[in-house]
This record gives sequence, C-alpha cells and structure tokens, in this order.
Amino acid sequence: MAQSESLDMERVRADFPILKRKVNGKRLVYLDNAATTQKPKQVIDALTDYYSNYNANVHRSAHRLGEEATEAYESARERVARFVGASPKELVFTRGTTESTNLVRFAWGERFVRRGDLLVTTLMEHHSNIVPWQLLAKQKGATLKFVGLESPGTLDMASMEELMRESPSIVAVTHCSNVLGTINNVERVCAVARRAGAVTVVDAAQSVPHMPVDFSRIGCDFLAFSGHKMLGPTGIGALVGKKGLLEEMDPFQGGGEMIREVFPDHSTWNQAPQKFEAGTANIGDAIGLGAAVDYLSSLGMGVVREHEVELLGHAIETLSKGKGFNMYGPPDAEKRGGVLSFNVADIHAHDLSTILDEDGIAIRSGHHCAQPLMKWLGVPATSRASFYIYNSLDDVEALAAGLQRARRIFKV
Amino acid sequence: MSSADIYKELILDYYRNPRNFGKLDHFDISAHDINPLCGDEIDIQVKVGEGNRIEEIRFFGKGCAISQASASMLTELAKGKDLEWVKTLSKEDILKMLGNPELGPSRIKCALLGMKVLKMGVYGFMGAKLDNSED
Repeated sequence: MAQSESLDMERVRADFPILKRKVNGKRLVYLDNAATTQKPKQVIDALTDYYSNYNANVHRSAHRLGEEATEAYESARERVARFVGASPKELVFTRGTTESTNLVRFAWGERFVRRGDLLVTTLMEHHSNIVPWQLLAKQKGATLKFVGLESPGTLDMASMEELMRESPSIVAVTHCSNVLGTINNVERVCAVARRAGAVTVVDAAQSVPHMPVDFSRIGCDFLAFSGHKMLGPTGIGALVGKKGLLEEMDPFQGGGEMIREVFPDHSTWNQAPQKFEAGTANIGDAIGLGAAVDYLSSLGMGVVREHEVELLGHAIETLSKGKGFNMYGPPDAEKRGGVLSFNVADIHAHDLSTILDEDGIAIRSGHHCAQPLMKWLGVPATSRASFYIYNSLDDVEALAAGLQRARRIFKV
Repeated sequence: MSSADIYKELILDYYRNPRNFGKLDHFDISAHDINPLCGDEIDIQVKVGEGNRIEEIRFFGKGCAISQASASMLTELAKGKDLEWVKTLSKEDILKMLGNPELGPSRIKCALLGMKVLKMGVYGFMGAKLDNSED
C-alpha cells in the first residue's frame, strides 16, 4: 500500500529486530505504542556498546573509562535537551514522566506551596499528573481542582479561566491526552496560568515522542517525558525546568553526586541539574535515550508527525465504517496525537484485546491510568490503538480485520 | 484454544443475559471488589437462610464478558449451598464451571473476581457471626 513518501518504511522496519517475531503464528502488529515503543537496533547497540566497552561511573573517576562514560552521558543530556529546545543545564535525567512530576512535587512543591493554596490539573490527565498533586495538596493543606472538559474531549478554557481567578500556585496539564489523543494548546494554557502567577507543569509523555516539541516556545516552567515511549530504554526520562527555578528549588533526594560539600551537621548542594540526580546516574539508559533521540532526529519529527496523522486518518476512516464502532476524542486526525480510543458495540475492551492478540495484534485495553477521564466519558474501559513510525497502513487493515472477527465471535 | 472457544455460547449468553443480576431488598452479606487493572467491578449480596444456606443471591457489576459471566454462573451454582461450601471453592472449580477456557495470567483475574467477592463476603459474615455469638 502507498505510504507517506518521506518515511522509508522498509528501512525503518528493518531497524526493529522485534518486528521479525511472530505472535500466535502471525506477524506482530504492535499498536500499543502509547504504553511503550519498540527499540531500534541503534538503541540496543548503544546500550551494548556502553556495557561492553566503556562502562564506568561518571563525574568522579579520573581514568580513561570514567572519562569516556562521563562524556557519553553528558553528550546524551545535550542531545536530549536540544531535541526539546532546552539547554543541557535545564535537563534533569529521571526514571520517567512519573518521577519527573514527583520531582516537581517534592523539590518545588514542598518548598513553595502553602496551606490554602490552589493546585490545578485537568480531567484528561494520566494518573501521573494527578496523584502527585493530590498527595502534595494533602500534605500541605492545599486544594486540588480540575479544569473541566468539553465534548468531544477538549479543555474547557472558560472553566480554566475561572480557576485562574483563584491564583493557583501550580497548573499541571498534559500536552497530548493518552486516551483522547487531544493535543492541547499548552502555549495558551501556560500563558494564562503564568498571568495568574502559577508555575506550569506540562506532561509531554505523549507529545515529545510524536511531534516537534519546543520547551521555550511552549513557555512552561517544567516539561516531563519518558524515554521508553520514544524508542529509548525503560527507566530513563527527563524533567526539563527553567534554570532560575531549578536553582531556587530544594534537592529531590539526598546522597552522592547532588552535593557540593558535606559536613556532619549540614551540606551544600551541587548546581542544577546534578542537584537533582542523587546517586549513581542511570548512565547506560541515558546513553540509550541519546541514541533514540539521534534516530528520531535523523527521521525528522515533522515527518514522524505526518506519518502518524496519515495512519490515524486512515484508521478513523476505515474503522468508523464498522458496526458499533465508537471512538473518543476529536474526530479530526490533524488535531490529535496518534492514539485512537474506541469501543465496539457491547464487546468489553479486555475481551477485544484477547481476541486481537490471537491475530498477533497488540492493543491496550482498560482505563489507561486515567480514571477521572473514564468517568467523564461514562465508560469503564476503552480499547486503544496507538501508532508509531514502524506502523503501516497494513497494520490498520489488520486491526480492521481483527475487529470484524471479534464482531463475528460476539455476534454483533 | 482460540477465543472462538473461550467466548462460546455459554459465556456470551451469561454476559448478555446475566442470571441473578440486581440487588436484594434484604440481605445478610454484601461484598464488593474491583480488578484495578481492568476496572471490572462485582458486587454480591446474599440472604442467608436456615442452616447457613444461601437462600437468595444477586450480583451486579460491570466489566468484561468473562468477569460478568463467571460471577453470574457462580451465583447459580451457589444458591442453596452451605456457606462452608463457599470456603472450599477453588480456582479449578471456577475454571471448570466456565468450561476450562485457556486464560492468561491477566485474564484469569477476571474469571476469579466473582469468587473473590463471594468469599470476602462470606468470610466477613462468618467472622461477624462468631463475634456476635460470644455475647
């Protein structure tokens, strides 16, 4: 089938060893990319190379391997920072998006949030951008409120503006919903929040892997994302923060690396970002994330985005023709990320994914770690297909055929 | 075993037309649990009759075909049985009741949710009753 001209599908697919495996005797059709993506051999090789050839601790070993490891680790930081339009001094390596939002909770929140403060998030957030603020609110005696949604799943900006009159201290919002696919106008949200005096946190877990993202253009104070959702290893991600803010924050965890000097009765802190990276860094995975960013940069994020819009547009058009197909979120592929949540008649999402699995098709089913949103949608669960660079129009066709088979089994 | 076998007539029938679905006006046992991974929910209510027999039993909930059909079939099986019988129920009993479908580790939780809720309720009731008899 015809593919977008700018992405050489055959070459891309050849880079991913896992795509050669069979599932239940069928070609693997991996459509669970919003949960985690597969890894190209360039990333796997970078990990192997580090552990095989220059494994050493960073920043403190004055020997050859230590210097090479330090150079590779800091070079990964530079490339990942550049990838999202930030400076390396603004990029803290974390375990992923969840640790990043929790870092803001502890290192910024514990110092600056006061009793009676208002924290604001939205109804379309992943639990990683809700629960840390709930815990912070509880600890500090602050209040957490939610920006509402408008059908078919966009932020209700009127309710946002109203909340801003109460001068919140933190506004946390997702760039792209992991369920609805909605791409929020985070530039506007952050501008409104800043005028109200709030510090802004953008969950970019579903945007950084899939479209060009520029930290300084968004105008947020903090940007969080995960490496494993963008071809990188698990256990590595980043928090990007404005330099001034990072400097005035307290440390996150105490230990080695994050200190300048330690005395028996007190300590002084290293500068950002090292102040937030206590203990031995996740060196290998940071290097792996650097390789992932190189891979995505070589394709071009504009091209990645175009490819997903094409797949999503085709999926919406094809699947919508099927009996009992119900999709959630904005209907226009141009306005959403490459995730498609849906239900088919009265077939529960878990039954559907069991049936599709037999066809070698991996989708996600459940509440997608977004229970307040599920409640708003009025469904206990949805199925979700999410696309990435190695998915083809054939994968969409396979999904459509799998749904037809499920309809036959369930006699829909 | 293919899913055409897992979702045989029996399970689909109980999913679409669940027996003993609803709530009791008067009950002695009420228990609720969810499967946090999938969001499946089951509530079971039991009216206990003479000799600790299950006189009436109803369930309600939402979730996948396997969790809902399994709970419904279990209520049919449990009606008239002694509460002690509930204590002896095993995973194998439930799978046998469902016709031994081949279920992976995540889906087996769906199949067993109804049994878990019924056991929770029965154990709680028997514990409470023991305390009362000490008065």
